[in-house]
Formats: sequence, C-alpha cells, structure tokens
Amino acid sequence: MEVTSPTFKQNAVNALHDAQLQKALGNVRAGFIDKRRKAADALPEFDALRDAARDIKDHTLAHLDLYLEAYEKKVTESGGHVHWAETAEDARRVVLDICRMQNARTVTKGKSMITEEIALNDFLQLAGIKAVETDLGEYIIQLRNEHPSHIIAPAVHVNKDQVEADFRRAHDYLPADRDLTEPETLLDEARRVLRAQYFEAEIGITGANFLVAETGSSVIVTNEGNGDLTQLLPRVHIVVASIEKIVPTLNDVSQILRVLARSATGQDMSVYTTLSTGPRRKGDPDGPEQYHVILLDNGRTSMLGTEFQDMLRCIRCGACMNHCPVYHAVGGHAYGWVYPGPMGAVLTPSLIGVDQGGHLPNASTFCGRCESVCPMRIPLPKMMRHWREREFERGLNPATQRYGMKIWAAFAKRPRLYNFATSMAIPVLALFGGRRKRFSALPLAGGWTKHRDLPAPERRTFMQQWRERESRKQGASA
Amino acid sequence: MSGRDAILGKLRQTLGADTNDATRREAVERRLAKPPRGIVPERGQGSDAQKVKLFCQMAEAVSASVTRVRSPERVPRVVSDYLRAKNLPASVRMGTDRRLKAMPWDKLKALDVKSGPSDGFDEVGVSHAFAGIAETGTVALLSGKDNPSTVNFLPEHHIVVVDVKDIAGDLETVLTGLRRKFGKGRMPRTLNLVTGPSRSGDIEQKIILGAHGPRALHLIVVG
Amino acid sequence: MSGTVQARPTVGLFVTCLVDLFRPQVGFAAVKLIEEAGCDVDVPMAQTCCGQPAYNSGDNADAREIAQNTIRAFEGFDYVVAPSGSCAGMLKKHYPRLFADDPDWRERAEAFSARVHELVSFLTDTMGMAAVAANHPATVTYHDSCSGLRELGIAAQPRALLASVEGLTLKEMQDPDVCCGFGGTFCVKYSDISNAIVEKKTQTIEASGADLLLAGDLGCLMNMAGKLKRQGSAIEARHVAEVLAGMTDTAPIGGKG
Repeated sequence: MEVTSPTFKQNAVNALHDAQLQKALGNVRAGFIDKRRKAADALPEFDALRDAARDIKDHTLAHLDLYLEAYEKKVTESGGHVHWAETAEDARRVVLDICRMQNARTVTKGKSMITEEIALNDFLQLAGIKAVETDLGEYIIQLRNEHPSHIIAPAVHVNKDQVEADFRRAHDYLPADRDLTEPETLLDEARRVLRAQYFEAEIGITGANFLVAETGSSVIVTNEGNGDLTQLLPRVHIVVASIEKIVPTLNDVSQILRVLARSATGQDMSVYTTLSTGPRRKGDPDGPEQYHVILLDNGRTSMLGTEFQDMLRCIRCGACMNHCPVYHAVGGHAYGWVYPGPMGAVLTPSLIGVDQGGHLPNASTFCGRCESVCPMRIPLPKMMRHWREREFERGLNPATQRYGMKIWAAFAKRPRLYNFATSMAIPVLALFGGRRKRFSALPLAGGWTKHRDLPAPERRTFMQQWRERESRKQGASA
Repeated sequence: MSGRDAILGKLRQTLGADTNDATRREAVERRLAKPPRGIVPERGQGSDAQKVKLFCQMAEAVSASVTRVRSPERVPRVVSDYLRAKNLPASVRMGTDRRLKAMPWDKLKALDVKSGPSDGFDEVGVSHAFAGIAETGTVALLSGKDNPSTVNFLPEHHIVVVDVKDIAGDLETVLTGLRRKFGKGRMPRTLNLVTGPSRSGDIEQKIILGAHGPRALHLIVVG
Repeated sequence: MSGTVQARPTVGLFVTCLVDLFRPQVGFAAVKLIEEAGCDVDVPMAQTCCGQPAYNSGDNADAREIAQNTIRAFEGFDYVVAPSGSCAGMLKKHYPRLFADDPDWRERAEAFSARVHELVSFLTDTMGMAAVAANHPATVTYHDSCSGLRELGIAAQPRALLASVEGLTLKEMQDPDVCCGFGGTFCVKYSDISNAIVEKKTQTIEASGADLLLAGDLGCLMNMAGKLKRQGSAIEARHVAEVLAGMTDTAPIGGKG
C-alpha cells in the first residue's frame, strides 16, 4: 500500500477538517474505554495477569528460535506445512504458489493485520485471484477501496449511511426499496453475500493471534465467526503469521486471552477462540484438506535485541489507540501506513524506516495513557522517545528544530547566562503582554498563538525576585 | 540460504544462542514438558454447584440462553420446545456423537434429525460440548469424526449440550483434560471455545448479534 | 545564624522554567506551603530547566548536561521539590535513565531522584499535611496532568488538600485524566492536533460548571487557560499551589476577562 506517513501533518489537518470522520471518532471514545475499564475492574487478578502476560512474551522472545523449531515440528507432525518467509515478498510468493497449485480463483480472508502489512489483496488481484474480506468491517473497507483505520475496528471511520451507499453500489442488483438504513439490515446483507463466498472459495486465509509451540496450533480470536468459516470450509487453510506470535504452551495462551479481549473490546472472552491444528483428520466430516503456515519475519528479527524489542510483545488489542488523544483527534488513516495509534508510532518506523515514519513517534504528548492500558505493559512512550533519539542522532528532524533546540540548550546548560538572559527578556515580554496579561499573537510563537492565547509573564522572573528577597532578608538580619 | 536458515540464524545470533545454548534448550524443554499453570482467577474456583451456577450466569451475560435438565433423556424434548418457541421448522442437524445418539430422539416423531456436517442450509445445529468453563460461560467443542465443526458455525441457531460433570472452573483445567484425552502436545483438528452467539460491532460500534455465525446460542446443561 | 541545631528538613525548590519565567507566584506559593509543612526552603541559583525539551526531542547529550547541572545544584538538600508533576517526573524517573551507560552518574542520579518530589504529594505523603489554612470561595475543577498522574500517581493528594480549603467546592469534569494536548514542544510542532485535543478539554471544563480551573502543572495550565481565553470563556485558571497557599489576590493565568 502507498505510504503517506511522511505527510502525517497534512493528513492530520485533513482529518481534523473531516466532519464525518470526527463524528465517527466519537464512537471510539464512547465504545471502548468504559467497557475496558469495567471488564478490567471486574477481574481482581487483571494487573497480575498483565505482568504474567508480559513475562510469557519476554521468555518466548528470549527463546524464539527454539520455540519456532518446536512449533514447526508439531505442525509437521499434525500434517501441516510450515513456510518461512523473510520478507513480505517471500510471503506473497508462497501464498501465490499455493493458490496456483490449487487452481484457486477465489480466496476468502479472515481479518488479519499481517496480510495488510504484506499488501496481499492487491497482489492476489494482480495475479487474477479474487480475495474476499469476510470480517464485516474489512468487507466494508474493501468495497470502499480503503485500508483499516483501526486494528480491531477497521471501519470505525465510516458511518452507516456510507455503508449503505457502498452496498448499493457493489450489490447493484438490490431493489431500491430494500431497507439498508440500520446496522442490523446492513449486517444481514453482508452475511447473505459472504455466505456464498465461503463455499465458493478454494482457499481460506487467516492470520493468527497465537501460534502454540506445545501443540503446533494456530489460534484466532474473533466475534463474528467469519474467521472460522474462512478456515473451515475451503479445501486449503493458509495461516499467515509473524514470528513473534509464538507462545510456548496452551496455558500461556489462556493467560494472555484473559487480558486480550478485556483490553480490546471489554469482553471477558471474545465469542470465538479457535485452535486449529493441521488439516482435517482421517474420518473428519469437515475441515480443510491442507493446512499451511507462513512464518513471516519482515523486520522482526531486526527489532529483537534492540531498544524496540518490547514492541514484539504486542498482541494487537488496540487499547493504546482507543485511549490515545492523538488517535481520537485524527483517526487511523492519518498515520499513513498499516498500524495506527501509539503501537503504530513505534512499529511503523521499525518496519518501513524512521525516515518514512519519523513523524509518528513525534506526534505524541507523552501522556502515557497508552502504556497505562497496554495489557502487555509495553513502554510505548519510552520507545517513541527512542525513535526521537535515533532521528536526532541521524539528523533527520528539521534543521529549524535542531538549531532552535541547540540554542535553547546552550542557555539551559549555563545557569548564570540563562538567568541573566531571562531576567532581561522577561520584563520586555511582560511589557508587551500589557494589561490583558496575554498575547493573541507573538513573533516566533505562531505555533502557540494560532489556536490559543499565550499568558504573559509577570514583570520579573522568580529567580530575580527570590534573589532580591534573600538579599533583603540578609540586609535585615545584618 | 533458505528463509528458515536465514531467520533462525539471525535469531540465534541476536539471542546469543551459541554461548548458552544448553541452558536455553533446557528452559524450553522444561516449559513444554510441564506447562506452568499461571494465574487462574478466583472467580471460577468455587464448589461444583457454584461452578455450574456461574457457568449459566456468565453464559447468559453474553446473550446465550440456558436450560437446565436432570438427565440426557430430557434433551430432545428441550430441543423441540426451543424450536417451537422460536417458530423454527422441526429439523435439526447434528453429528454422530455417541452422547447425542444415546438420547431418545426417535420419540419425537415430528422432528427431523439430520446427521453429518452442515451444508449451510440448516436452521438449527446441535452439538455436545467437551467441556464448559464457568469463569467465562464458555463451551469447548472438539472436532472429530462424530463432531463436525460446521454445525457450530453455519446454522442460524446453535444448541449445545453440556454435562455438569464437564463444567470446569477455568480453561486451564479443560486444557489438562485435553492433554489427558489426546496425549501431550496433541490436539484435535479444531478446538472451538464459544462464548455467546456471533456478533459484530463494526458498524458505528453498535453490537449486533448474528454476524456470520449463529444468531442464537442455546445451552442445555444436563445433570 | 542562630547557632541552634537545624531540626527542620531542608528542601531545595526546583522552580521549573515555566514558573520562573511566566508565573513566579507559583514558586512563592510553593515556598510558603513547604515552610508551613515544617521545612526550610532554599532555591539554588544554578538551576535552569529540567531538560525535558531536549530529552523529548531525542537530544540526550544536552539533556544529560542539564541533568548533571541540576543534580550538582541540589546536592546537600534533604528533599528536592518541584511544583510540577512533569518536571518532578523528569527528575525522578528519567534522570537515572539518562545515565544508563555511566555507572558513576547513574548512582548519583538515583540518589538524587530518591529525594525528588512533586509539591502537593510531598506535602501530603512525605510531610503528612492533611489540611491547609486557606480560604477560597469558588467552584473549582481539577485537571490531572499526565506525568503527575501516570508517572508519580498524583490524583488523590491535591483533591484531599483542596477539600480542606474553606468555601471551595470541587466539581469534577468528565475525564479529568485525559491529556490537555500540551505535551511540551508537541503543542507547537503539531499545533493543529494539540488544538483539537485542548478544544475537547475546554468543553469538559466548561461543562463541569466550575468557575476556576486548577492543575499542578503550569504548562498544561497555560495551554488550557490560553484556549479558554481565546474562546472568550469566563473560567479562570490557577496553579493548585496558589489556592492551597491562599495566594489568589493576583490576576489568574492569562489575566482576567
């Protein structure tokens, strides 16, 4: 997909002026935050489970090579195939090879961010294979030729009237009097159309929330049931998953499940948690005949062992963006690539380069709300700061910012000079502040005064006044 | 160099595998051989009766409906009552699970019991759960020659029979049961953990039941 | 010099650059409160800023030099107190991180950070202050600044002391824990986004029905007060220390009206 992260600032401005989007973003604030809090508060062990979940992933990452080998062995034992893909291109090629072997014309897809990351749909389409998204939100944005604006609520930026218009355009056989005005009737229509697709598809592609080394199982966690129909009905099931999805055992899955749904949607447990292990067994009346897993690196091994390693604990729950004031203001598309919000601000520069994604870790107030709700206790602000350090080291941030910072630092490092300079400057500024005691415009402060007044300083700095007070005291006691 | 060698090679280099390989391997083997139980919430750890009660409460809280019966013989009658109450045709789809087969379905002359996987045209599917999980009101369903997974997803209504003796407090206990049944490290093709009927919140974050899977989940708790 | 043994704890006030430059009376309010709590206060002249602008811009070399100055300037005090959760958070949580690769300075930074406190939590948690002697008949609402709240756990302490102010009524705004959009240099680098965030904030402030906005960080207060003024709001803004110290006879932040 096209990367627009470098124009983040302009994307943000556009988003801020999009009235429909702004209304839709209200649903994020309303729909997720209270539910998460209630679910978390109702489980006394919630915070202890967050620690446990973090420790499980840390342990796994420290032994990732060995768990991957153990996992591969189990998949093979259960009759499945494991494919290793270093890059997005490698992964796409494996998918295409399997499609070609099956003479596949249609593939159904469960919701997966990893196939967004490798831009699989466009690739398959160019190869003449129809890829049908089956998650309701994904289906909607596929019709709109868009990308997800949220990792668990891909169509959160769209309202129901837009969905109706999209359905009428795409399902042009629908009679005009067919009611498509409410979410319920829209869902019915999508359900009807997609039912046929599950049966038509030769191949079903899903992602995975977890890969279990103990058993060679892939796990998907969904609410709609589309992921299950995708992996159950076609002849071939392909799982695309990045290597950090591994967990050691089924018990570890259970631990993390307890924080996943609560953090994501505020459910104790999502409706469908499905563990798939290999293809259908001898005598099984249904299930796929072939089971393939594509283990994708695509930059993960380069994050391991760096200050960004903790990001590999991410379970893609979306809590960070649900609680992010910047995401609430601009939505997901402004971030300009696959992953939005705080997790995207850390992950995007890791995967496509800080020269492309550099704005994202800068566009944060460091309010820390993301870290405070992250079920995996990922220190997101700290890692955004690490990106800023790397940018600064490489001289990637704008020259004006760098020089401004350097001039300021030159003063801040020299207290006597600093106090002298401020004691000279502040009275002048106070004078201009006038009786209103604020500025509505000020040279060099346009970034501030464009949107708000700048409170004016008092006549003298604290340091000046304190020094005077102390010398008065000394004079009095002498 | 294959992708496998490249990825594993890079990982080993970063993780310092050559210097402390034995310790690392031992840690991995130990964990896989003896999965730690972890933190299991108090919530599901009551008496057997409390577990059953909690299971029903939690299931209802996620919009499943629940009927309790004393013996398996009562199940066909409950199913037929459900069909009538919902104005559904007198036809159900189910696998050949011996626990279901042992029930007196033939006493209900008007009920058409179709056997085998669902073809997508069934209004109602009936399954027998491997276990129930009190903590979350979840049923665990296993695939196998007598238990088609399609019955869990394609029908509009899904009826699941659960024995009270199979209702565990937590998922960990069910996983232990699976290891006992299939052997360590082995699984059926599909384990479905189902918690309430299918739903979606994808349009304006409004939760609607019946997205792609069943619109309704009815649990019959036996015993 | 009195010649008697000094029994009162000594506090070095970290003024913070914004208070120094824009609102000295917050500093004097802090001094008054700390003295009332039973400490002796001094203000080392060799302090400037905590270094956050550099640190948050990825300029760790400059941030380290500033940190070293600060640590040196405050040696010898029992406590270091700042009237800001953000600056106290920097001194307490981030200074040690700046010296991760320098064992000597890391030790010094850790010893320093152990003595650092944000003003209001210092008064309540360290000095056991349960009430203040102030009187301020007003309906106020309190914004939890992010660093104070999430890095230092400050939420109950200012509310507890405010409850002891005579005549004062606290009306909570919706989501007082949500960021105001200031974010240091963020508010000028991404001024449009910052504006969208502070607009939502001032809406909740207006909806609270309060006539005075309080917070523990001058940066957030200048942002919110500046927006309220631009919107023509009658709601005034002050640092919580001003009210607790009973020093409210001066103009509010950004002036009156």
